[in-house]
Amino acid sequence: MPSLGADMEEGTLIEWSVKPGDRVKRGDIVGVVRTEKADIEVEVYRDGVVEQLLAKAGDTLPVGAVLAVIREEGEAAAPAHEEIPPAPATVAPTPSVARVRASPLARRVAQELGVDLSGVQGTGPHGELTEIDVQRAAAALKKAPTEKPVVPEPRAGIRRAIAAAMARSNREIPHYYLETKIDLQRALKFLEAENQKRSVKDRLLSVVLLIKAVARTLHDVPELNAYWIDDQLQPKEAVHIGFAISLRQGGLVVPAIMDADRKNLDELMQALRDLITRARAGRLRSSEITDGTVTITNLGDLGVETVHGVIYPPQVALIGFGRVIESPWAENGMLGIRPVVSATLAGDHRATDGHRGAQFLTALNQHLQEPEKL
Amino acid sequence: MSEPEIKAAVFKILRKIAPEADFDQIRPEENLREALDIDSFDFLNFMIALHEELAVEIPEADYRKLSTLRELTRYLSDRLK
Repeated sequence: MPSLGADMEEGTLIEWSVKPGDRVKRGDIVGVVRTEKADIEVEVYRDGVVEQLLAKAGDTLPVGAVLAVIREEGEAAAPAHEEIPPAPATVAPTPSVARVRASPLARRVAQELGVDLSGVQGTGPHGELTEIDVQRAAAALKKAPTEKPVVPEPRAGIRRAIAAAMARSNREIPHYYLETKIDLQRALKFLEAENQKRSVKDRLLSVVLLIKAVARTLHDVPELNAYWIDDQLQPKEAVHIGFAISLRQGGLVVPAIMDADRKNLDELMQALRDLITRARAGRLRSSEITDGTVTITNLGDLGVETVHGVIYPPQVALIGFGRVIESPWAENGMLGIRPVVSATLAGDHRATDGHRGAQFLTALNQHLQEPEKL
Repeated sequence: MSEPEIKAAVFKILRKIAPEADFDQIRPEENLREALDIDSFDFLNFMIALHEELAVEIPEADYRKLSTLRELTRYLSDRLK
């Protein structure tokens, strides 16, 4: 059972989309898991052949429990599993691995708590086990379910899941907040000209420019595109931007737009459209939930002027955008009216300081003043 | 196309976007996006659906003229004449 959120403790298998003997490759969807927030399509992270399906539809299992065994090419067949083992700390939908990658702290904590590392799924770089993974597995060990005939509705727990994640963030992360006002006149004129050339179905939303500008700026200030794990800043090479999407039923999910920095505006718009549509239909992929490296929340549509967001651990930054407002704007000694947006940065003070955060917002502004380069 | 027919077509599209909304309660002068909690993504989908259903392509510059149900039906009525 993969961990699909900072405070996810268990999930319910809704269905398998593979059967024993099926060949799978990295990124393939093998099943659907229901969490407290949504139904998530679970991907595999290695190539191989499905050897055994250990969980059945309707089973609710703790994070870390084995759902299936996937044999890699050339790997000897595993001994047959009769049933799901009662202890949940065993590897997930990904195939078992011979060598466990774990931080020294994770190993020490595992020893103290009696957790078998070979059965825990790592969420660190390259699947490395972290202290948090071990703590989570230890907590799950205490909560192994005995009978689960009913598949719970994800919406019922969505508020509780958000509450747990945000409480943890506020408890563990010393946030600092910075705000700047950005003149969007050039960006919006560029967008207007672009959209005039397009049919309605190919039009771009202004938030796409903001996402691309943030992705670009993260190359200027890479410390904000990172995780804070085991008391260390771990910069991430890929820029996977989590985008907060509100659900009509209430609550929100934050799936990631993968490799946002490498996408052009049309590709970003397509990715955003796909993500929002699937998020609202409850068909997100597990990697989209787990792999975000930074988050953007845009509350401008709701009329909010300024957003002071809460960082999603283990990320270290969240960028918020408010409503675009026509405001008096002085430039070169002249006063005019400009479309202005408030951009905020919520930063993890363990990872960066306000000086670096200010450089991020300055660079973000500069990128938005040159929209044709986005 | 008459205004009641346009209104029916508009509601048919909006029901897919905001299925939980009570369309009987929407007043003609009410801001549609606020009343139905429609964000910019939903609004773009609404424009696309109008294009597909009614063959009307609405320029982005006209979006601000379409805040209320009354404005929208009049605008579409003019365009469909």
